Amino acid sequence: MKVYNMVVIGAGPAGIAAALEAKKNGIDDILVVERDEYIGGILPQCIHNGFGLEYFGQELTGPEYAFEFIKELKETDIEVLTETMVLDVDKNKVITALNRKDGVIRVKGKTIILAMGCRERTRENIKIPGDRPSGILSAGTAQRYTNIEGYMPGEKVVILGSGDIGLIMARRMKLEGADVKAVLEIMPFSSGLVRNKVQCLDDFDIPLKLQHTITRIEGKERLKRVQVAQVDKDFNVIKGSEEWVNCDTLLLSVGLIPENELTKAMDLKLHPVTGGTFVNENRETNIEGVYAAGNVLHVHDLVDWVSEEAEIAGEAAANYLNDNLTKRKTKIKISPDRNVTYTVPQKIEYEFGDKNFIKIFMRVTKPIENVKVNFKYKDENIVSFPKKIVMPGEMVTANLPTALIKDHMKEIKVSIVKKEGETNGKK
Amino acid sequence: MEKNDIICTGCPKGCRVTVEVENEEIVNIEGYECPTGKKYAIDEYKNPTRILPTTIRVKNGEFPLVPVKTAEPIPKALLIKAMNIIAKKEVKAPVKIGDVLIQDILNTGVNIVATRNIDKKAGV
Ligand code: SF4
Repeated sequence: MKVYNMVVIGAGPAGIAAALEAKKNGIDDILVVERDEYIGGILPQCIHNGFGLEYFGQELTGPEYAFEFIKELKETDIEVLTETMVLDVDKNKVITALNRKDGVIRVKGKTIILAMGCRERTRENIKIPGDRPSGILSAGTAQRYTNIEGYMPGEKVVILGSGDIGLIMARRMKLEGADVKAVLEIMPFSSGLVRNKVQCLDDFDIPLKLQHTITRIEGKERLKRVQVAQVDKDFNVIKGSEEWVNCDTLLLSVGLIPENELTKAMDLKLHPVTGGTFVNENRETNIEGVYAAGNVLHVHDLVDWVSEEAEIAGEAAANYLNDNLTKRKTKIKISPDRNVTYTVPQKIEYEFGDKNFIKIFMRVTKPIENVKVNFKYKDENIVSFPKKIVMPGEMVTANLPTALIKDHMKEIKVSIVKKEGETNGKK
Repeated sequence: MEKNDIICTGCPKGCRVTVEVENEEIVNIEGYECPTGKKYAIDEYKNPTRILPTTIRVKNGEFPLVPVKTAEPIPKALLIKAMNIIAKKEVKAPVKIGDVLIQDILNTGVNIVATRNIDKKAGV
């Protein structure tokens, strides 16, 4: 069996960045396995601009962002297998994959990067009652049809969910000549970026109906109409608010789920909130030498941070291979506290080396203005960072200085609270 | 006096900035919470522009479409008109990222450029 220093599963932005970073740190014999026919993950179909501001300091489209990494990858000797499906990874880091040319492939990775990304939630996940006609698809599928394969999914469109993909597809379908009737959002606020709401909906007078959902679907072969209703604050349908909207296409933009079937098969436990594995600051899972990065670990809103996170994993894997890491005597738990739903990483396990800080990614439960991100050990405040505003749809990050982390701290709690007095805490 | 409400896209706060106009001159701006918002509202009132990302059909390509964008933002009012021109265009593979596929669209001085490499279809 061929043994690689690193096997990366998934050639999206996370997989490519992790492989490149390992390469830059002197690692040879890297294999990247990708099930699609092209590499770059979801980026090539995200033809809109808005990528790269954090990472490259300039605004790029999805394909352009991907190209920067693909170009670099092609200049290396990193092996890439496309149209190859990984069927299994075991605890001994043996990977079984399948493709048309080679049949069944078995290789071993001294390190493994899990970079399988995420997939969209479907109608089945949200259980909308009614008929089962054609014309109902996830926003991402519609995006692939429209932007890569050259099919228009339909003419009269309703979009359920105001996440960024939903907003982007509203504009895209409209620009391609569709009649986009409305974007419905069950929450009282849009989960997409303000900019996307303005440039994708307001620019084209597409209505955004907050606290609305779909209660019924009708159509024999093709979708005919959907029943739209208003909901109250507990998401119960308000009687009498139902109305029928004629449409032949319903796009669902109702959330993303990390794609962790392989991870589960390795007996790695999944985090109840992120849907990804538990990781330490190196993005290493509970199996030494196995890392997770990008949307398979937790769903990101900016690809820029996927790249950054994958580089953390790639560099750490290189250090692991070069025997450059020392475990701490006691590990430190990082726990979410008030108004924080989760943090990544969930623990710190290694000595800091020359690291000046550890970047903590987190999400907040609800929109709050004028807050402080607090890091605490018991009642002792370690450090605080002010933020003008935090939103559930936008990941919050803070750099925890390693100089302030002391050996006696066994657990560091992260909270996000209103600046003055703090009363706006729990619901 | 005419009032224009503009939502600032500078940060997630999304301040509603009101631009008051008299005889085509801005007489008052309020609602912004930082200088970015003021500048944004003025630009957005005077000349709202957008980058237009879309696709162009490709003959004999590995994929049937190449993604493109306006190399610079163009006036918002021209987006649909630009789409109508782009819809009629077809190019031949190979296409290289950055290639100018349509020059000076609608006399804006802005080119439509490819944003991805599209190779020839295998065996063509
Ligand atoms: S005005 Fe300033 S604070 Fe308000 S949305 Fe714009 S950038 Fe943000």
